[in-house]
Amino acid sequence: MKTSSMGQSKKIVTIITYLALGLGAIIMVFPFLWMILTSSKTVTESMRIPPSIFPAQIMLDNFKDAIASLPFVNMYLNTALMIVFRVIFAVAFSSMAGYAFAKLHFRGKNILFGIVLMQMMLPSQIFIIPQYQMVAKLGMANTIFALVFPGLVSAFGTFFLRQAYMGIPNEIGEAAYLDGCNQWQSFYKVMFPLTSSSVAALTVFTAVFAYGDLMWPLVVNSDLKMMTLSSGLATLRGQFSTNFPVLMAGSLLAMLPMVILYLFFQRQFIEGVAMTGGK
Amino acid sequence: MASITFKHVEKTYPGNVTVVPDLNLEIQDKEFVILVGPSGCGKSTTLRMIAGLEDITSGELYIGDRVVNDVAPKDRDIAMVFQNYALYPHMTVYKNIAFGLNLKKLPKDEIDKRVHEAAKALDLEHLLNRKPKALSGGQRQRVALGRAMVRNPAVFLLDEPLSNLDAKLRTAMRSEISRLHKRLQTTFVYVTHDQTEAMTMGDRIVVMKDGIIQQNDTPQNLYDFPCNLFVAGFIGSPQMNFLDAVITEQGGTYCVQICGSTIPLSARMDKAALAPYAGKTVVLGIRPEDIDAAPAGAKGHLDAKIEIAELMGAEINLHLDCQGSKLVVRAASTFPGREGDMAALTLDTEKIHLFDKETERAIAH
Repeated sequence: MKTSSMGQSKKIVTIITYLALGLGAIIMVFPFLWMILTSSKTVTESMRIPPSIFPAQIMLDNFKDAIASLPFVNMYLNTALMIVFRVIFAVAFSSMAGYAFAKLHFRGKNILFGIVLMQMMLPSQIFIIPQYQMVAKLGMANTIFALVFPGLVSAFGTFFLRQAYMGIPNEIGEAAYLDGCNQWQSFYKVMFPLTSSSVAALTVFTAVFAYGDLMWPLVVNSDLKMMTLSSGLATLRGQFSTNFPVLMAGSLLAMLPMVILYLFFQRQFIEGVAMTGGK
Repeated sequence: MASITFKHVEKTYPGNVTVVPDLNLEIQDKEFVILVGPSGCGKSTTLRMIAGLEDITSGELYIGDRVVNDVAPKDRDIAMVFQNYALYPHMTVYKNIAFGLNLKKLPKDEIDKRVHEAAKALDLEHLLNRKPKALSGGQRQRVALGRAMVRNPAVFLLDEPLSNLDAKLRTAMRSEISRLHKRLQTTFVYVTHDQTEAMTMGDRIVVMKDGIIQQNDTPQNLYDFPCNLFVAGFIGSPQMNFLDAVITEQGGTYCVQICGSTIPLSARMDKAALAPYAGKTVVLGIRPEDIDAAPAGAKGHLDAKIEIAELMGAEINLHLDCQGSKLVVRAASTFPGREGDMAALTLDTEKIHLFDKETERAIAH
């Protein structure tokens, strides 16, 4: 009797859990579905109140219009280059800095690390004006370099990889010295490979952040051909009216490469998000 | 030639923490020397100074005829085995062992030959393609030894290499390391806090406390003639019994009074050393195996009550109370007395050690 009542309450808990999770899933997926549905509607349908959920007929012209109004090939390329360079530089510099902060002894180490932490605590928006001035004075506005510039060094990456290096026992580095390594060899032959899971996490984090970065690309590159997907799409928003179906069609096109990448690297994405505490 | 010499070596860490104040030590070529002592005694720091992993604050350290104070670890011709093995987790056993040889840019076939020789000697051949995480503790330790072996170093440094192993494996590895030393004929410096390892493996034991060498001698001499109370208590398990005793002298014969009994001292003891202590209280030391326990009623020097009887298999450790003084006696497992019984104890007067109560230095053995 007792066992059956216990089994019943367990069932109820399971049902409630699934309902809550299902609701959460719907809330998360809804904007995505709405984007797909809106991308196939007419402008009138997209503005209708009460809203119509399904389009009366699928409007593929929205995709044609989006492709016609934006240089998607350039935008894909710019975004890809920005992501690749930001990831390469963030990983390279953060690894070296993180290793130095974790394993080397030098004067002023704690003060320098404090400055790195301080940079993490400040909102990135306050750096935009000085960074723009630097890029503009270098004559590098409207270039790939301009897109990559603020991501060359990552304070978060430095902090994150410092923690990873601190988790490696000192004896491993010492064994490498005794085996004949110099400082550099010890770093790249022994220590760096041991942080591979953290580096993968930082790669995902940096790539996702760069992909979604809107403000900096919008500020620094005003030439449509040098824009990234996020900043290019932002130009589709008008001051007085917006063609939402075309905007949604463009957004869907912009999302496609990331979705495909996610399908291939799902495990690494989830691990990366879990390790960095990102979202 | 790989002798090691410390000449007035001092090691002070930032913040003025002196770990080794003034170390003078000579380790001969091909010798197996054990540095032993409690945690924080400076033994690992001493080893790390030999390795070049710690800077020397002052003094000179020689490996062979060369002062190596400022020589990089890789140029000292040494190899070190760490307590936690320090294997490279991302490399296979083969690559771990070959790593140092690859850095030296030796020919591939030479590397392969040396790795396979070491693997064969350490029974690792079937594990060469595995990563360290797929190995047991003992196998990892053997890989660490192999990594050190293939480099043919002049000096082997071992920092508590067995402390992460279980008791059975530790015994097996102890003899394996001893065999390795005999085979390689190289200088071995071995750090441990385990006095059983120290006693069974080394040609010579250096007992350290607070960065100062307490005694530097062969295992047998250390056991039979400890130079002070610390060494006497540190070496031996169960440790030596210490009792307050008063030295008396009657007609040229010296005796000690303990627990209300008078026990004559061996005629072999140095009378000149004993003379200044006549009538004074000293510390009498005697090892558990040098006291004979008999059932109550038998003739003996002392009567004591058995508080705990620990059966060890072949023998039994009796924890006794003798008028408030605590004693441990090692008796045969056939000893009939059990907890709560009285026992008659006879001290082997040839094995009594006497120590100055204030300076803690040995007076006579």
